Amino acid sequence: MGNEAIVVENVSKRFNLRHTRSLKETVVWLFKGRRGDLSSTFMALDGVDLTVNSGESVALLGYNGSGKSTLLKLISGVMGSDSGSVRTRGKVAGLIEVGAGFHPDLTGRENVYLNGVILGMTEQETTERFDEIVEFSEIGKFIDTEVKFYSSGMFLRLAFSVAVHTRPDVFLIDEILSVGDEPFQKKCLARVQELRSSGTTLVVVSHDLDMVSRVCDRGVVLRQGQKIADGPIADAVRLLREN
Amino acid sequence: MSVATLTPPDKGGGLLDVLHHRELLHLIVRKELKVRYRSSVLGLLWSYVKPAVQFVVFYFALGVFLGLNKQPNFVIYMFSGIILVNFFSEAFGQATRSIVANGALVKKIFLPRELFPVASIWVAIIHFLPQLLILLAACLFFGWAPSFVQLVGALGAFAMVTMLGLGLGLLFAAANVMFRDSENIVDLMLMMATWLSPVLYSWYLVRDTLGETFYFFYQLNPMTIAVELFHAAFWFPTDAVQRAPEGAPLPEHLISLWLPVGLLISAIFLVLGQTVFRRLEGRFAQEL
Repeated sequence: MGNEAIVVENVSKRFNLRHTRSLKETVVWLFKGRRGDLSSTFMALDGVDLTVNSGESVALLGYNGSGKSTLLKLISGVMGSDSGSVRTRGKVAGLIEVGAGFHPDLTGRENVYLNGVILGMTEQETTERFDEIVEFSEIGKFIDTEVKFYSSGMFLRLAFSVAVHTRPDVFLIDEILSVGDEPFQKKCLARVQELRSSGTTLVVVSHDLDMVSRVCDRGVVLRQGQKIADGPIADAVRLLREN
Repeated sequence: MSVATLTPPDKGGGLLDVLHHRELLHLIVRKELKVRYRSSVLGLLWSYVKPAVQFVVFYFALGVFLGLNKQPNFVIYMFSGIILVNFFSEAFGQATRSIVANGALVKKIFLPRELFPVASIWVAIIHFLPQLLILLAACLFFGWAPSFVQLVGALGAFAMVTMLGLGLGLLFAAANVMFRDSENIVDLMLMMATWLSPVLYSWYLVRDTLGETFYFFYQLNPMTIAVELFHAAFWFPTDAVQRAPEGAPLPEHLISLWLPVGLLISAIFLVLGQTVFRRLEGRFAQEL
């Protein structure tokens, strides 16, 4: 039995850019003998292979539109690939976006429970870690206030705090370490480092090259849906800076 | 930790997966209930004010003005049908909207997506049960003495509507991601639902007016069967109906034939809905 946490084999993902969203337009288009293109496609990922071993921390790098986030979504299972296979081992928690599961009309407390369970904890575990989560987020007495009254910083802090306390085996992070003010960012980074040293597999998507240099050991560079480099983080960052 | 094997992240057991996420289902249901009546004074009471007003309107318009009241215990007849159709409307309508409404989650975090339509059905059941209690209280007041078979029929009707609502809900929830027109199509269907089943009139009017052939197709609608089963369980065994001189005809073979037929048709819709849902769910994240 291998030690891989994530195995991505020859994965491709094509996006249909549909130009219409209504049935009427589609029907009209069908009656007109399918003239013109109702949709155009582009390859977001084109035959990508990636194996991440358990305990590794990998940065997915590349310019906008290179397919980083799509790859992360495929690994988390939010999206299905068109061809190739994606397999993961253990509990995968994807922070594709901070606070995706937060509902503005629920209180902070209710959101912690809802989001904790969404991210794979049990209610029991959420209760056990509740104080820790609140303390980390520095929300304090606002925990029983509806989230819609929170400032954006408070919102992100609480959401991030829930996510980092879920203790997954594989942690997927998309451009979220730029949360809150500087002291809080430092705290987040410290927490991610802690997870890393405790053996959590990390996959990070970010444009912040200095940050990923500190957090990750390995860098994978994507360009137009293809993997063009895979190696130590310093090499990957250099490659990206040279271009 | 590495005891687990490598598995595809989106491996789905479909509706069975929901069973493994009962805690989450419970939380989503609680969220839906809370969010629906946020910042409202009456809160959950609105769920009863609306059917109550609808009932009063129907009662006066049809019962009093059009004279349907002459039927024994027309109130029970109407109410038992209305709560069942309301349950179906709530379940089907909300399930259809559930995926788009929870788009933020569907797009960002992997969960069994069936959770959302199932949660909608659950919410509908929570709304349905107190209405059923009101019906039972009214039945007892009117001298209700049901047989065991009739009660089994009512249970079958409930199962029928639940499966049908979930099946159609899954089907249209998936379609709704692709084409938002689905919501409007569903609204149209729900508008007709009250009238396509013998909620406000008697089933034999359909047979006598439009003939046996049409009646056969009319009768294939699981909602029609379910409403008739509810009539058989709650309205038929009340005192005044039993003592009515002209008798109160129920459709023939209701329990022996139509109950299994209705369950079968609903089950087919459930399988169909689940199949289409699973085929389309891989595209939800990119289409929302």
